[in-house]
Amino acid sequence: MEFKITDQPINEQEVIDLVRSPHCGGLSVFVGTVRNQTKGKKVISLEFEAYEAMAINKMREIAEQAQQRWKTDKIAIYHRVGKLSVEETAVVIAVSTPHRKESFQACEYLIDTLKQVVPIWKKEIYEDGEIWVAAHP
Amino acid sequence: MKLNILLFGIARDIVGGASLALEVEEKTTVEALIAHLHKVYPDFDRLASLMIAVNSDYAKGEVVLKENDEIALIPPVSGG
Repeated sequence: MEFKITDQPINEQEVIDLVRSPHCGGLSVFVGTVRNQTKGKKVISLEFEAYEAMAINKMREIAEQAQQRWKTDKIAIYHRVGKLSVEETAVVIAVSTPHRKESFQACEYLIDTLKQVVPIWKKEIYEDGEIWVAAHP
Repeated sequence: MKLNILLFGIARDIVGGASLALEVEEKTTVEALIAHLHKVYPDFDRLASLMIAVNSDYAKGEVVLKENDEIALIPPVSGG
């Protein structure tokens, strides 16, 4: 399992190659990118911040959960921090499994759970201000 | 005892710094610390949630804090 928080652009191919395995018939990849609007409001850029030590711990924890549940072979999660422009890659999750169905399910579980528990924060920057996403009800 | 609390995201904006040094009574619990922070910084009341992490994991309210714990305030996360 490989986990990384980086302030450098993520090379998606590098993350994919980390999970290649002779035991696996497939691998699934989720790439999260920066969208240019939220609820109709134009987004100029995003800024991500992480509590790195804990973020890596929680990534490992959710990967272990996925490993147990879907018998995944390899899992890699890379998350970017710092300032990102529209279309840039914020997160890459790659999972390999012997059969394809489990790789899709594990990959979806990993991104959904990452969003709930991994201590990373996203600030959206608009033309006329900025907001920490999900901070307020 | 003295606690040093790491701050991230909107919590850093509310307090105005990357960390907060606090003098609290011995055997202060996570729950008591959260209540104290809400009192001193009422803007925390407006957040969807506010958690405490102790030594890199979410801590329950009854956990008793120690001086050398790594403590962080975790506002609603929004990675991905």
